[in-house]
Amino acid sequence: MSTSGFRLDQEFFLDPQRCIGCHACEMACAECETNGHEPMIQVDYVDRFLSPQTSVQLCMHCEDPVCAKVCPADAITKDEFGIVHSANTARCIACSNCVQACPFGVPKKIEPMQLMVKCNMCYDRTSAGKKPMCATVCPSGALFYGTRAEMAARRPNSTPVNQFHFGQQFVKTKVNIMMPKGATELVIDA
Amino acid sequence: MATLPTSAENLIASFGPKLNFPPQEGFAGRDEPDDVIKTHCCFCGMQCGIKLLVKNDRVVGFEPWEEFPFNEGRLCPKGVQRYLQNNHPDRLLDPLARVEGSGFRPITWDAAFAQLTANIQRIQAQSGPDSFAMLSGVSLSNEKCYLVGKFARVALKTKNLDYNGRLCMVSAGAGNKKAFGLDRASNTYADLAHAEVIMICGSNVSETFPTLTHWIWQARDNGAKLIVVDPRLTPIARTADLHLPIRPGRDSALYGAILHQMIKHDWLDHEFIANHCSGFEEAEQAVAGYDLEWAEQVTGIAKEKILLAAQWWGPAKTSFLLHARGIEHHSKGVENVLACINLVLASGRIGKPFCGYATITGQGNGQGGREHGHKCDQLPGNRDIENPEHRKYISEVWGIDEKDMPGKGLTAYEIIEAIDRGEIKGLLSICFNPLVSLPNNNLVRRALEKLDYYVAIDFFLNETARHADLILPGSLQEEEDGTVTTAEGRVVRIRKAVNPPGNARSDTSILLEIARRLGAGRHFNYDSSEAIFNELRLASKGGTADYYGITYQKIEDNMGIFWPCPSEDHPGTPRLWENRKFKTPDGKAHFHGVPYRDPAEITDAEYPVILTTGRVVSQYLSGTQTRRIGKLVKQYPEPLLEIHPTLAASLGIQHRELVKVITRRGEAEFPAQIVETIREDTIFVPYHWPGRKSVNQLTSGHLDPVSKIPEFKVCACRLVPTGNQAPIWEETKAYASP
Repeated sequence: MSTSGFRLDQEFFLDPQRCIGCHACEMACAECETNGHEPMIQVDYVDRFLSPQTSVQLCMHCEDPVCAKVCPADAITKDEFGIVHSANTARCIACSNCVQACPFGVPKKIEPMQLMVKCNMCYDRTSAGKKPMCATVCPSGALFYGTRAEMAARRPNSTPVNQFHFGQQFVKTKVNIMMPKGATELVIDA
Repeated sequence: MATLPTSAENLIASFGPKLNFPPQEGFAGRDEPDDVIKTHCCFCGMQCGIKLLVKNDRVVGFEPWEEFPFNEGRLCPKGVQRYLQNNHPDRLLDPLARVEGSGFRPITWDAAFAQLTANIQRIQAQSGPDSFAMLSGVSLSNEKCYLVGKFARVALKTKNLDYNGRLCMVSAGAGNKKAFGLDRASNTYADLAHAEVIMICGSNVSETFPTLTHWIWQARDNGAKLIVVDPRLTPIARTADLHLPIRPGRDSALYGAILHQMIKHDWLDHEFIANHCSGFEEAEQAVAGYDLEWAEQVTGIAKEKILLAAQWWGPAKTSFLLHARGIEHHSKGVENVLACINLVLASGRIGKPFCGYATITGQGNGQGGREHGHKCDQLPGNRDIENPEHRKYISEVWGIDEKDMPGKGLTAYEIIEAIDRGEIKGLLSICFNPLVSLPNNNLVRRALEKLDYYVAIDFFLNETARHADLILPGSLQEEEDGTVTTAEGRVVRIRKAVNPPGNARSDTSILLEIARRLGAGRHFNYDSSEAIFNELRLASKGGTADYYGITYQKIEDNMGIFWPCPSEDHPGTPRLWENRKFKTPDGKAHFHGVPYRDPAEITDAEYPVILTTGRVVSQYLSGTQTRRIGKLVKQYPEPLLEIHPTLAASLGIQHRELVKVITRRGEAEFPAQIVETIREDTIFVPYHWPGRKSVNQLTSGHLDPVSKIPEFKVCACRLVPTGNQAPIWEETKAYASP
């Protein structure tokens, strides 16, 4: 596959507060036959009793991916563009280490396939200069793929953040989440 | 004899709804399509641009169309999955004749047309031309809507033609015509971008028009304040700066109270009101007593919130007011619309950049389909069938004697009532599923069972069509060329992607052949959809909805043209009223006095709870299409009864318990979903489902006296917990409930 079209100036911005719970991203993601029609992005209610608020989670493509570090079969790799790829089908032993280790809860073990699968940021599309499918269809801007300058112009009240503290664990990611203006990191469990 | 020919269960086994999922490996050939067709989604009034992937004359997938200016590739789940209506196992492939006791059997087209023609002629000879009615729908293209209007008057020669827009846009249409003399969104959504205040009145935008969310939130990013009026905390209301949780059926009281505050604080554009409006004094008098205390008591909204809304709306420099079915589906739908328009006119904020007003048209061609003679009182160009000049002009275009043009007929719900009374004996329906979508559908069923002869044109056997004597397999949106007009008033091209499968035919060719067999063939000579459009252009010329200057090529070159567009060198009109010349007889925008009155059915000791209805994001209208698409069904598989924990506790109702809802018209059971996001005095049930799972067994047939829209949004009910936990949806199969 040609990777000449991958645009390094394009980034993924995740803005969970804008999620309207429509599931268009999941449906569009699942159209990809490489996933076996399983969505690699998840939309869930936070607490439907209290609110219609939903949140959306996709692979954050960590700079130092824990999923790859805990993989005993070296099935998970990060490429030159920072994309953390789904497990190599020839190597994955379906041990679920990655499923347990990911702080964002992203990798899934697909039982009938005995294989870990996760988002590879629509590598077939992004490597050809296109946007990932979920970010293309998202009707509310909860998912956006473009340049930092485009995002700054669109969201004057938010700042992209890509540093997370999960207790003692520090994670830096390729994917940004949108936080209130001026935020520098997200501390999840101090 | 329009009782079911066999049990509903037998018909469901043969004709569905069955769930269509894509094969795990995807449809063969999707990666190397024969064709990529730029067209539009078949569902709501946003008409998002989408590219359909075609392989071997079948739609096998989609690709976002990022260049189309409204949605720039964005889609909702219905748009993503819409391609699965093609390639569907339930698709009707042959004309079907009713066989008593067993169902339907395939027959030839020739036999079907002969049977149909004989029955139309028999019934009309016995009981007069108007005893055969036609019901249509606005998922049809402009060309087909125009053709249906002409077909009913010229070939079928009946006055009784109406359409499912009667359940959708007619209150807004009537209000807009009264106030502005023209029925269209005054602005495109681009005018939302820098509006200081956006007020959304009765619209669950993020579930019913998901791609419009982007435009509203773009305005919020630019600093707009968002006010949402809704009995429920919907996804768009969740992000509002101010949510006004109104008691269903009390809308005009709220807007009257806001106008009262605007007058009291002099937040008025006196120049605009004096020079460009009429009727302000009547509007002022009507709201004289509508102070905050009164408004709080009637609407159930805290007076501080009402005042805050007025404080934001009143002095703003720019603003956009949007409304939808939440205020329109009422026995005073037109009054609610006029009360909203009064707020816009009082502010003078219309016809200028970022100063807008619009109803959010619901159906795919809800705009175009309500303009070109598809309604019982209308001729093309939004002309009046009772206006002698309008009749004369259209009769000339159609080449008929004006005396042969039928007059005003009955509206959709009135047609059903006339069938029930035995006055209408024959029915031809296309693109309409009233057994699911009309209120009080036990009456609808009883009426259908009394029909002497019923023929339905559709691509799937919808619940209503099960009652038919004859079914003619028509075409999906992607199987015919045409145009539709979006909620913004933009005329766009629907492009044919594939041919109808099997022996199914295009809707147009079916109507043309029936016209020929009824002896009206010389009025129906068209060799293409474009030829029909070109006649529509002429028929609309000089009307308020003037399409004369719009051509297929011009639409192609500009990704759509906004009407009015009176000449070929005219660029179209994205923003109305910039010249302050309104289309009313006196050229002014009209205020209306809107005294508040209660909804037709109010709660009492016997029926103490308010029932309101609406939609969910994964289903569309009566579900003929979306209840057949697997992932859309799984997302929200059955109608849930949203109820506040306080009300639930007072009745001892548990989460997921089956609750019987009883109204004066019927009863039905739904699983309780206990949520704090609804008023304590109100329950909500979405309406997309058929049979025993249809909430329209319970809703009321009270109509607005002007628009004749039914009051779907409010009636009185009683709740009885059954003590039984609801079964899982795979057992209930609500999507195919008999």
